[in-house]
Amino acid sequence: MANFKKKDGSGSQSINTASLPDIVFMLLFFFMVVTKMKDQEVKVKISVPVATEVATLENKQVVTYLYIGKPKQPEIYGTGTRLQLNDAFKDPQSIPVWVEEEKKRLPTNLSPLFTVSIKADRDIKMGIVSDVKQGLREANALKIVYSTNKGLVKSRD
Amino acid sequence: MARKSRNLPEINAGSMADIAFLLLIFFLVTTSIDSDKGIPIKLPPKLDPNQPPPPTIKARNVYEVLINSNNQLLVENNWMDMSNLTESTKKFITNYGANPDLSENPDKAVVSLKNDKGTSYGAYIMVQNELKRAYNELRDDYAQEKFGKNYSDLPKGGKQQQEVAKKYPQKISEAEPEDAFNTKD
Repeated sequence: MANFKKKDGSGSQSINTASLPDIVFMLLFFFMVVTKMKDQEVKVKISVPVATEVATLENKQVVTYLYIGKPKQPEIYGTGTRLQLNDAFKDPQSIPVWVEEEKKRLPTNLSPLFTVSIKADRDIKMGIVSDVKQGLREANALKIVYSTNKGLVKSRD
Repeated sequence: MARKSRNLPEINAGSMADIAFLLLIFFLVTTSIDSDKGIPIKLPPKLDPNQPPPPTIKARNVYEVLINSNNQLLVENNWMDMSNLTESTKKFITNYGANPDLSENPDKAVVSLKNDKGTSYGAYIMVQNELKRAYNELRDDYAQEKFGKNYSDLPKGGKQQQEVAKKYPQKISEAEPEDAFNTKD
C-alpha cells in the first residue's frame, strides 16, 4: 500500500501555473504566423496624406500595394519621382503586366475584389499618379484605394 | 546559514509567463499599427471604341472642380478656398432645381474633378476628401433622419444603407488631367 501523507490544511491551494507559459507561447506563435509582416522593402520615401473620410481595408488578402515617391537613395536611383512595383522601380507602362501577375496569386472567386492600394507621397505631382491610374484602367484593375492616414486635414500652403 | 539541501534545485519558471506575455503584447501592438486605411475610388472602365459615347449631361448638373498646378481651386469658374468646398458641394447636390445654375436633383448631380499634371498629390487627396465628405455628410443626415443612425453604422450592404446610397448616389467623375506647364517628374 502506498503511503499517502495527508497534506496539512494550512494555506490556500495555489493553482498550477506551469502550463501558462505554454499557452501564452502558443498564442504568440499563432499571432506570429497569422500576421503578415512587411514582405517587401519600400525603396521610396513616403509620407501619405491625411484625410478624414477614410475606409479601412478589411480583406487584406485582395489588396496589392504600389509605391510612388522619391527614392531613399538618390545617389543610386536619382531624385525623380519613381514608381515601385514589388521590389523594383518600374515605368507606369509595365502596370498591366504586373496586375496580371498579382491577380494570378488570388483564388478565382476573389479576383473581382482585387484592389490596388496606392501609397504615394503627399508632395509628388499628379502626373505620375495619372499615368498609374491609366495603367490600372488599362489592366482592368478598377478598385483602387489612395492610402491615407486618418486625421484632421490642415491646409498646408 | 541554513542550507536547504532537501529541495531539488529548480529554475523558477514563474516569470516565463510574463516574458511570453510581453512578447505577445509586443506583436499585437506592432502589427496593428500597420492597419491600412484610405480613400476608396472606383476607376471608370476602359473606353470601348465600339460603344456609343455616354449621353451628355446638362451643364447645370455638372459641378466643375479644377485644381491647377499651384494647388488652387476653381469651382464653377470661380476661385474658391479649400475650406468652402464641402459646403458648396452640398449646396450643389441638394439644390433640387431651386437655383438654375445648380443641380436638378441629387440623382442627376455629377461632380467633375479635373487636375493638372503639376498638382501635388496631397492637394488632390484633400479635394477628394472634401468631396467625399460632402456626400458622407448628406448621407449621414439622411440616415439620421430616417433611421436614427449614421450611414456607416447601418448594417453593411443592407437595405437601409442601399436606400441612403440611392438617395445620394456618389458621382464623382474624373477628367483626363491637363498639362499646362509640361510637368516633368
